[in-house]
Amino acid sequence: MSETKPKPQGAVQTTGHSWDGDLQEFNNPLPAWWLWGFYATVLFAVIYWVLFPAWPIAGGYTTGVMNTITFVDGSGEERTTHWNTRSLLLKEMQQSESAQRSREYLEKVAATDYQEILSDPEMMDFTRSMAKGLFGDNCAACHGTGGSGVIGLFPNLADDDWLWGGTVEQIETSIRAGRYGFMPEFRNTLNAQQLDDVATYVLSLSGNKVDQTVAARGEKIFQTDTGGCYYCHTESGTGLESQGAANLTDQVWTVADVNGAETLDAQKAEVKQVIRNGVERRMPGWSERLTAAQIKLLTVFVHELGGGQ
Amino acid sequence: MIKHESIETNAGLLIALTLIVISIGGLVEIVPLFFINDTVEKVEGVRPYSALELRGRDIYQREGCYLCHSQMVRPFRDEMLRYGHYSLAAESKYDHPFQWGSKRTGPDLARVGGKYSNEWHVAHLVRPTAVVPQSVMPNYPWLLETELNYSDVQDRMRALKMTGVPYSETQQEYEANVTTFGADIAGRLDILRAEETLMQQALTYNYDGQRARITEMDALIAYLQVLGTMVDFSRYDEGYFTQFR
Repeated sequence: MSETKPKPQGAVQTTGHSWDGDLQEFNNPLPAWWLWGFYATVLFAVIYWVLFPAWPIAGGYTTGVMNTITFVDGSGEERTTHWNTRSLLLKEMQQSESAQRSREYLEKVAATDYQEILSDPEMMDFTRSMAKGLFGDNCAACHGTGGSGVIGLFPNLADDDWLWGGTVEQIETSIRAGRYGFMPEFRNTLNAQQLDDVATYVLSLSGNKVDQTVAARGEKIFQTDTGGCYYCHTESGTGLESQGAANLTDQVWTVADVNGAETLDAQKAEVKQVIRNGVERRMPGWSERLTAAQIKLLTVFVHELGGGQ
Repeated sequence: MIKHESIETNAGLLIALTLIVISIGGLVEIVPLFFINDTVEKVEGVRPYSALELRGRDIYQREGCYLCHSQMVRPFRDEMLRYGHYSLAAESKYDHPFQWGSKRTGPDLARVGGKYSNEWHVAHLVRPTAVVPQSVMPNYPWLLETELNYSDVQDRMRALKMTGVPYSETQQEYEANVTTFGADIAGRLDILRAEETLMQQALTYNYDGQRARITEMDALIAYLQVLGTMVDFSRYDEGYFTQFR
């Protein structure tokens, strides 16, 4: 195009305007391909107006002809509407191949009990792939994409330590109804000395080498109504699952970052901080957001993620 | 008849005529929606924001959350699977301005209410990478430190009332709200009691985890936790919403 030579004066009609004395504008006809392209878009628009909802009239609009969508409503009756995105979506969710396939799987999952799913490799394959997406959309924000959680805030699902129990039934309850984990604060009940004693005793429960006389004083507070720790953490320190109370006898720490602290004093400071401030953690229930079958998939996924019981 | 040449050589006239042509295009697209009976769905549950939620919405706008987060789940299958039910026009009928947005650097927030705990929101807003390591969202630590200024909340409600949001100032308006929304919610929509109900909501739910203070974090989380939760979709047949399109 850059090679086009200007045509001699007078060969093409000009618009008749003249600027700065000699600057004129050719009045060339539009290229044919462009013009026909334009007519085609006009034709497309007219056909579109006829087939699809388009023009407003009074309190409504033209709904389009020969272009309806049929879907099944909640009562099981077939309904046919004019074309619109909402009906199209319903139809797709009911009739598209991939939707039908995933519904088939979900129905199969809903009808199968946990033991059968866990022992059937094919169902586990399907569960893993579908639950991975669900976990990413709904759970990963708190528990992390790998399920390792955030210490102090959100439990690690990838280890074999379970605050609320690790059987499929208990995991399902956690997901369906949510959980509310609560430990009272002891800042006003225990003084600095007592806090130190209890923290020392708590660390001794998981096998840390501590001063035995201090631990003995802490034990008294832990196991009596002074601290009352044993109500939830039990006398042996293994914790009540019904309360979501942590097992203090293993090396797994979910609230105090003991494993991240290097010295015994630093570890003690972590534990003391938790005792002083208490714990309040909520997991929302998912029964309104997810279907029973989806919750079942996630249960199996989480069960497998950590060493489920 | 104006000659082509006289328009081309007169900048003022050219601008005026260009504006007229463009506004016709806009008006033809927008105005009919005001007259179509079924644009806004008839659903129960949608209510104006309480005073605390309203301050949260203002902070949402102040911080420019809408630049990266939309609040509009579109009627597509992949969006339904990820976010939940598609958004209804009715759900943003009290939003001025609406927060639909058109940019999703972060996820859509139209149904974020109730999805995460308050504790998660606090940790996430202070430092998003603390809970979502791959996040590109900036930190908003000042929300937790800044006391919420709600001295002008009544004026903010009055301003919205002028646009048609049913906050009440007179006994008559209050009673109308009791009929529409029930006594609990009507109380929270009363402009004269705004400061009292704001404090009450912040202290009851303690969104930011700090009992002694009402911070901007309280307000923002109160707002986020109500997003998309007002309509109980289990009460409606899926086919019901198609009649409004």
